[in-house]
Amino acid sequence: MRYFAAGFGLILFAGCASGGARTTSSGAPPAASAAAAAPQDTAGGIGPQYPSTYQRHPNPPVIIRNATIMTAAGQEIQGGSILFKDGRIVAVGTSVQAPSDAVVVDGTGKWVTPGIIDVHSHLGVYAAPGTFAESDGNEATQPVTAEVWAEHSFWPQDPQIPLAIAGGVTTIQALPGSANLIGGRSAVLKLIPVRSVQEMKFPGAHYGLKMACGENPKRVYGQRGGPSTRMGNMAGYRAAFIQAQAYRRRWDKWNKDHQGDPPERNLRNESLAEVLRGNIYVQNHCYRADEMMQMLDLAHEFGFKIRAFHHAVEAYKIADVLAREGTAVAVWADWWGFKEEAMDGIHESAALVQQAGARADIHSDDPGGIQRLNQEAAKAMYYGRRAGIPVTRDQALRWFTANAAWVLGIDSIVGTLEPGKMADVVLWSADPLSVYAQALQVYNDGWLVYDRNDPAHQPKTDFTLGQP
Amino acid sequence: MIAFLLAQTIAITGGTVYPVSGPKIEHATVLIRDGRIAAVGTNVAVPAGATRVDASGKWVTPGLIDGAGQMGLREIGVVQGTSEYTQRGNDVAAGFNVLEGINPASTLIAVNRMEGVTTTLAVPGSLGVPPSGGLIWGQAALIDLDGATIETMQIKSPAAMVAGLSEAAKDASGGSRAAVAQRLRRVLNDAREYATRRADYRRRQIQDLSASAADLEALQPVLRGDLPLLVVANRRSDIETALRIAKEYKLRLILAGAAEGWMIPGEIAAAGVPVLVEPLDNIPSYDALGIRYENAPLLAKGGVKVALMETATENTRDLRQQAGNAVASGMTWEQALRAVTLTPAEIFGVAGQYGSLEAGKVANVVVWSGDPFEFSTGVEHVFIRGREIPLRSRQTELLERYRTLPPKY
Repeated sequence: MRYFAAGFGLILFAGCASGGARTTSSGAPPAASAAAAAPQDTAGGIGPQYPSTYQRHPNPPVIIRNATIMTAAGQEIQGGSILFKDGRIVAVGTSVQAPSDAVVVDGTGKWVTPGIIDVHSHLGVYAAPGTFAESDGNEATQPVTAEVWAEHSFWPQDPQIPLAIAGGVTTIQALPGSANLIGGRSAVLKLIPVRSVQEMKFPGAHYGLKMACGENPKRVYGQRGGPSTRMGNMAGYRAAFIQAQAYRRRWDKWNKDHQGDPPERNLRNESLAEVLRGNIYVQNHCYRADEMMQMLDLAHEFGFKIRAFHHAVEAYKIADVLAREGTAVAVWADWWGFKEEAMDGIHESAALVQQAGARADIHSDDPGGIQRLNQEAAKAMYYGRRAGIPVTRDQALRWFTANAAWVLGIDSIVGTLEPGKMADVVLWSADPLSVYAQALQVYNDGWLVYDRNDPAHQPKTDFTLGQP
Repeated sequence: MIAFLLAQTIAITGGTVYPVSGPKIEHATVLIRDGRIAAVGTNVAVPAGATRVDASGKWVTPGLIDGAGQMGLREIGVVQGTSEYTQRGNDVAAGFNVLEGINPASTLIAVNRMEGVTTTLAVPGSLGVPPSGGLIWGQAALIDLDGATIETMQIKSPAAMVAGLSEAAKDASGGSRAAVAQRLRRVLNDAREYATRRADYRRRQIQDLSASAADLEALQPVLRGDLPLLVVANRRSDIETALRIAKEYKLRLILAGAAEGWMIPGEIAAAGVPVLVEPLDNIPSYDALGIRYENAPLLAKGGVKVALMETATENTRDLRQQAGNAVASGMTWEQALRAVTLTPAEIFGVAGQYGSLEAGKVANVVVWSGDPFEFSTGVEHVFIRGREIPLRSRQTELLERYRTLPPKY
């Protein structure tokens, strides 16, 4: 049952959290044209580590004609067409010419959006059927485990993956859970049916570092050596980053002068040093407004940025501060009340955050919710509007596409329907902000990975074979 | 006995009325008097002095009924002190009735009723998270989401006896599904025997029975077929076990969950057994590998009486999203509306008073800005037993406090 899933994810396994990591040598994401190249995971002087082996699936060009196209870049084009070829969007508009070999899709009465991006997922790390054997999301053995990488837990045969694809999702950030103060690196993944996580790794995406505030680390470690308090949480983050500062200094010096043996590698500090260098984005599970303020102070103390607060149930209380800090806010539309730090959730949070000038995002943290992020965003948009907060349809769409891409540092590559962007495209049966809309076709980098009306394009995981 | 607080006459005029018991009526009036619906139609005279509610361009439906939750029984999920839905340490807790544990002041009530849910079944255990693996969890109560006391909220108590036949029920019965079924039969047999030998029981001239006298006594209405047995079962074989036992003992069965019910709608329909389904439930587990979005539509198509539920109690308001998604997955819109109004009223035995907009029924009425299942639709008015419910909650107060920053404390 749905609550069962939420309950276990949130409460018992402390699955909800933030962070994760992927390193590139520079802070800027590579240009889309370079996206298929191997990422340069240098980790501050170390050579490539666990590189992406992602390959674009070969496909014919596709043109979807006469649809309502929501670009997430400011336009909603009636009677529009979109052409994509070799994994790239070629043209979007009302008069698009298609090459003769293009597959023509009639979009009459249908809608088109960018592929959905979920910045907070535990697919693959908390896989179905949800037994201990698939519970790989929290390395809950000590409160700081910056050394673990979610991709090393990720199971590409998680039967929840095809369900999310059928919901229009093309990219996820798979995160460690929130048991730990610092849970480890995230993995930014193309949601495609392949054999290994390496083939899913989004080329050029930034790793995230999952950090967690509040109740979960306290609950998990309170009786096991701590932290048992919020002040203990803060001391734990600070101690970890103090070590990382020294580590970074040693490595930066050696990278510069190459004098003597290189310093000994330490995986924990390696991740944290990359945060300090700005190469790994902090993805911070944090519910309460006052705790988010503490975390911003922590970030100031050590000179890093918090890319996004996740869950951020009370973000609306400090929307002005978050706008000033440039920290994005990933929220649910209506989750609240399942624990004390979630008591103050309101429907209008995303709208209020956006109105204040901060970057809003709708995330799932849930294998059910990821299948209908469009619905959750619609809920948040309409509640905002009914409260008198202006939200455009394009803005609401950006909450689970373009803004999500920014949170992961891949906004130059995906998140909108613009020429040159990767062809992550969803065709909907109806207005995607309607409860009745269903994804009819999902293209990931131009590859038709799901077609509601064609069983040949409805991937099944190995797990599902031979099951009822 | 349903309690009414006010004697007031209210006329909801001009709306498109969906009585559920019949086809929609354009430009109709719903007249409410003293907590009950006095008249519905296009030729309803509005008495002088009636409070008028203009519903022109709006949709008017019965208040939504959630198939199962823990409203009033659980304030904060992880805070044990606020959980009232379990009698721990008794795996045959048939005598445990949740009613007196309900907190009429729960903040969840205001949050959810202002979104159109007016009635819910408050169940022991948790359909989503079976708490202890017990066999019989206790008695559920049907309540309206208004009232300062449990006496004023109560509609029917008990409304059902709740039991588990899913994976979670195994622990208390030795770890096997067969053992669960056998234990349930033994409890029912003992309850039968107890009923004929109460005096022997008191004199201790009877073999050991599998439950206390209070629990065996509480099972008597179930054995008589007066009180339905609501069984949580998801795997097809578990559903079939429930059907088998219900047939053997001539029980009135309600299935809850029924995730793999779509495989056997014919069997369920032939047994005349209704089901409570959560349409957005589709994550496979070993308890239900065949779980899928199309369950509710396929059951309905197969002739099964289907009501819907939202098991996340704090978001019982998402019942309408559940219903909308059931439509997207193949239910007709009319079936889905019925599945959150008249059908649950029938299942819980209160269709004479609840679930449709008909003269004489309790005035639980919602005025919507449009299709109740759509996100673009807002709730404009909620009436519970004829009282207009203020559209305020702790959450609306938080919104107002923080709408402009910094807040004024």
